[in-house]
Amino acid sequence: MITKTKIIGLMLFFLGPWSFAEEAPLLAKDPVLEARVKAISLELRCLVCQNQTIADSNAGLAVDLKNQVRDMLREGMNETQIKDFMVERYGDFVLYDPPIKGTTMVLWAGPLLMLFIAFWFSVRFVRRRSRNPDAYKSAEDIDRARALLKD
Amino acid sequence: MMASARFLIPLGIFIAVAAFLFKGLSLDPKEVPSPLIGKAAPEFSLPLLNDFEAPFANGDMTGEVWLLNVFASWCGPCLDEHPIIVNFARSTAVPVVGFNYKDRPRAAKQWLNRHGDPYTQVVVDLNGRIGLDYGVYGVPETFLIDQQGIIRYKKIGPLTQMDVSQDIIPLIEELSQ
Amino acid sequence: MIPEVGHFAVILALCVALAQAFFSLVGATRGYVNWMAVSRPAAYLLFFLTTFGFCCLVISFLTNDFSVLNVASNSNSQLPWPYRLAASWGSHEGSLLLWVLMLSGWMAAVARFSKGVPNDMLSLILGVMALVAIGFYSFLLLTSNPFDRLLPPAMDGRDLNPLLQDPGMVIHPPMLYMGYVGFSVVFAFAIAALISGRLDTTWARWSRPWTTIAWAFLTIGIALGSWWAYYELGWGGWWFWDPVENASFMPWLCGTALMHSLLVTEKRGSFKVWTVLLAIITFSLSLLGTFLVRSGVLTSVHAFATDPERGVFILGFLVFVVGASLVLFAWRAPKVGLGGRFDLVSRESALLANNVLLVVAAASVLLGTLYPLFLDALGLGKISVGPPYFDAVFIPIMAPAMFLMGIGPISRWKKSSVPDLALKLKWAFVVSIVSSLLLPFTMGTWSLLVSFGLLMAVWIALAGIVNLWTRLKQMSRGEGRTFWNSVASLPNSYYGMLCAHWGVAVFIVGVTLVNGYEVEKDVKMSLGNTVTIGNYTIRLDALKDLEGPNYTGVEGSMAILVDGKEVDRMFPQKRLYTVQQMAMTEAAIDTGFTRDLYISLGEPLSDGSWVVRVYLKPYVDWIWGGAFLMALGGILAVSDRRYRKASQPENGTEGVTASS
Repeated sequence: MITKTKIIGLMLFFLGPWSFAEEAPLLAKDPVLEARVKAISLELRCLVCQNQTIADSNAGLAVDLKNQVRDMLREGMNETQIKDFMVERYGDFVLYDPPIKGTTMVLWAGPLLMLFIAFWFSVRFVRRRSRNPDAYKSAEDIDRARALLKD
Repeated sequence: MMASARFLIPLGIFIAVAAFLFKGLSLDPKEVPSPLIGKAAPEFSLPLLNDFEAPFANGDMTGEVWLLNVFASWCGPCLDEHPIIVNFARSTAVPVVGFNYKDRPRAAKQWLNRHGDPYTQVVVDLNGRIGLDYGVYGVPETFLIDQQGIIRYKKIGPLTQMDVSQDIIPLIEELSQ
Repeated sequence: MIPEVGHFAVILALCVALAQAFFSLVGATRGYVNWMAVSRPAAYLLFFLTTFGFCCLVISFLTNDFSVLNVASNSNSQLPWPYRLAASWGSHEGSLLLWVLMLSGWMAAVARFSKGVPNDMLSLILGVMALVAIGFYSFLLLTSNPFDRLLPPAMDGRDLNPLLQDPGMVIHPPMLYMGYVGFSVVFAFAIAALISGRLDTTWARWSRPWTTIAWAFLTIGIALGSWWAYYELGWGGWWFWDPVENASFMPWLCGTALMHSLLVTEKRGSFKVWTVLLAIITFSLSLLGTFLVRSGVLTSVHAFATDPERGVFILGFLVFVVGASLVLFAWRAPKVGLGGRFDLVSRESALLANNVLLVVAAASVLLGTLYPLFLDALGLGKISVGPPYFDAVFIPIMAPAMFLMGIGPISRWKKSSVPDLALKLKWAFVVSIVSSLLLPFTMGTWSLLVSFGLLMAVWIALAGIVNLWTRLKQMSRGEGRTFWNSVASLPNSYYGMLCAHWGVAVFIVGVTLVNGYEVEKDVKMSLGNTVTIGNYTIRLDALKDLEGPNYTGVEGSMAILVDGKEVDRMFPQKRLYTVQQMAMTEAAIDTGFTRDLYISLGEPLSDGSWVVRVYLKPYVDWIWGGAFLMALGGILAVSDRRYRKASQPENGTEGVTASS
């Protein structure tokens, strides 16, 4: 019996260590849960870091908060509840996705508003321009540019 | 007149932005005010450093104005502020509860032996779970809690003599009336 | 001794800049020919003195002179020499010296390569640049002297931040600064045009190549920074919407708008006021970036050690430069005539719309970046604005711009017709819709975002091909040229445009596919273990200790197997930089045309195994490939023969009809 195992062991040895090759275990016991933890962590700010999400940071607090997120998900809480939990303790500062409320109205509406204003101005400008009578002036300009560049 | 006012718009916007930037120079982007101020202090019941069998609950302090000071032996700035805490505990009658955050109890005891123990009690938060409830992220942190158990003041980072004399003492006097 | 000489050279440079600004500006406005004659040699002298000063700093770094504070804080005797070189611009002080070196370099280039520009204009331009230079030289000398001595000298230096000890970081800052500072040229042209009142199409023609080349540098600089983040930070992210990244991205967006607006101003004489304003805004955003990075008003991963005193100085300077320019603008711009007339459907309109979108995108990035500061300053609380906001805002604004990129180049100046455009582009449109719907299936799963991204990319690429094809057909039919003759006779600027636009398409493919199909695995690996990702099996064969010049560490030896056969070996490292006691993950990356295999060594575990992260990132290199194509397009455009031989008679006509 003993010799048999020895022989098998010897055979395996000559086959090289690669024959032991086995798939490495995933770090996370529950990959689905881990994916959710990551998705939420990516939107939470690590307060002690310069400007990083808790997903990207290995600081003590970031690790604690990731564990907290994991625990809360295990307890069956959803993303909103977890974010509320964080905001209760650290304020809106912890959210990379700023909530829509009174103080962030300008932030969220700003781009759209700017777009409207800019297009309104441009359309007015183009309308006026398509009726512009002094086109010859610019032709003169172009000629002068050419003349200058020839020098 | 209207036509040329249009050309002043960029200047106007720029001046507004520049004013904000100037204001920004005197602000600290890393200082985050606690949303807990004005709210009830999160409840906890934690073992005491000197006696692991005896839990201490923050409810025990109802009716008193008290200071909760988060510290740890591994935290350098805690050492900087320690004399101020010691001094505060000596010169006022306000109870100061130490909150030993994510520390090894033995190290914490040694640290207190060496640098003085100003605390009426020291509670132990081994894994930082209660610290999380208090939004602790930059040890040391200090909370002032009133008779109804409401957080009135929070300082992140080492307490200075200025903080004590200008913010904490007046607040205590106001609350004690 | 050497640092003092360098310091003295920079002081002299400041004096030269002062004299240059005075003589050039007064000379040009009063018409004193002798005074104006100062500006050109002064620019050369300024460049010489600054180069000299810069070399002195480099020598201090290369010779490990730890009696210089800057060297002691940012270098170390064990640091390999290329990084010692890079350390000379690794700190705030050193990078500022690099900045003024670039500025004086651009000034010398303007002095050298602006033969066609009249003397008084050139004097104005160099005078304005000298004013900008005065600000930066005084900032350097008064608040951030890179030559300061340390007494007593340090035994050894505190080493360069390990994050910066990387080939990418050696060239990233010079490229980025070339871009930032390069925009000062078009800014100076614009201010000179405003002062002289000659806000015609000539200034647009002169300043266009300068803008394009600065833009190309900035593009490369940003791409290098992003590439560096990708392989150096160890988790393969390439863009974080960090304030410092945004600080470089805003001038890029405005610079892109400026290039297109200059085109219209040059060809059609329109948008003159808008172009001047854009030139001012673009450079202002470069200055704002400097302020944001160096003042500490925003928190960022990449910011320099900050100091509020410096912040006050730059802000004061910013207010002076930008404020004065905008006052000048408000005063002079109303007198500028309108340009050529054009219709609602025309290339002018398409470019205008594109401009509006780019500027609104830049303004939104600015809003998001500064909003936390606004709220804080008003006492309304602290918030964070991060990637979720920027993605949500930026992509919808840019999507129509991408659509217009297909239409603009193919539409006619002045007046285009919708049916004509539709006829030309209908196949490109149909093919891009169909292929974007089907292509995601070849990658596995179908998703709306991937499909949408591919739609834009394919559309831009096909519209470019249609454009080229139509152009060649016109030439061979209308002018009787052969096909290859037509190919050769199209101007470089035209190919540059196509190349840059295709670069955008390539970039979008990279972003879309890596976001849609990236695979990531975090595993616990012991020796002999394998991990399978996509078609690849990665086997950990050995771990060995590493002894670098200024670090120690561990290196994993990984075999990459496909179908059981070894195709490659990869060596991810974990380093501990001894001086700063900082751990760094050196990911091993196998770069491929269609995918990157990315392995990064995490932490050792108590049982002797290691945490290993492997990623399969499809088409990720297309992100930087696209950016380099864009920059290449810019360089191609500048190499156009009309910039080299401005005297050829047929040049003018071609400039208007063909090369646009």
